Amino acid sequence: MTTLAHAQDSLSHHDGHDPIGNATFGFWLYLMTDCILFASIFATYAVLGHNFAGGPSGHEIFDLQYVFAETMFLLFSSTTNGIAMLAMYRNARSQVVNWLTVTALLGLGFIVMEVNEFMHLIQEGNGPDRSGFLSAFFTLVGTHGAHVSVGLLWMLVLIFQVMGKGLTAPVRSRLMRLSLFWHFLDLIWIGVFTVVYLMGVL
Amino acid sequence: MAHPVHDASGASHGSLKSYATGFALSLILTVIAFGLVLDGMLPRGTVVAGIVVAAVVQMIVQIHYFLHLDTSSAQRWNVMALLYTVLIVAILVGGTMWIMLNSQLHMMGGAMHMGH
Repeated sequence: MTTLAHAQDSLSHHDGHDPIGNATFGFWLYLMTDCILFASIFATYAVLGHNFAGGPSGHEIFDLQYVFAETMFLLFSSTTNGIAMLAMYRNARSQVVNWLTVTALLGLGFIVMEVNEFMHLIQEGNGPDRSGFLSAFFTLVGTHGAHVSVGLLWMLVLIFQVMGKGLTAPVRSRLMRLSLFWHFLDLIWIGVFTVVYLMGVL
Repeated sequence: MAHPVHDASGASHGSLKSYATGFALSLILTVIAFGLVLDGMLPRGTVVAGIVVAAVVQMIVQIHYFLHLDTSSAQRWNVMALLYTVLIVAILVGGTMWIMLNSQLHMMGGAMHMGH
């Protein structure tokens, strides 16, 4: 029985003994707690965001065209990740590997841009120790970046698993959770670019 | 097998069309949000309202077209967990801002003398 047939079978019976469904739901609950982690950092940023301590404001250090490019990297990667999942449902193993590789490269592009932005700020003396605003900025954007980096590592591992093991039931189950994680990070980024960058420049 | 709509967790698989639609709508909403700020023609309050609305709509677009969450019964627990989280996030962020801005307001006298 294929995974899909199994999934549909368990959907119609709902006997509560469905490991993939349970794992995915459990991971969804983890993502919801991650939402609350981000909410507390967003709240911190909302409180500290105007404490410049004589240092620069967002208007002076943010380059919106640069942030737009970062946003595009993440939006494109969220979409190609979806295309990789469609390939998985078609059992197209090499296409899954190819689309996940494209997704990972786009995600890497985002991280490289973010690290470059951070290094630039720190070199100019605008690191997290400069002001309350910059502490909150580095914490919020850095926490999101750390999530994306972990996601990249996870994606790399799964690319090798798809190549080595094929699209077995456990590998599919992991791909589903990675997909949720990756889409979720793009969702959080919408909040980041709106609250931090766009409002910071206004 | 032409109807693979939901998997075991209740998560829908989506289609190329749903990802393309989600991508196009997200792109348009992102361009609108950045455009409003870069344009600089509208009053500040209008721009803030505009980018907040664009962000909320884009989140809903991505939840629908990328995460494929809907109101079907198979998804009930996913949606309930999400709605509960939205409530907690609203209390956490709204409550923090309410208390902290209020306390800043009460301490304004001292802060102003210190050149805050």
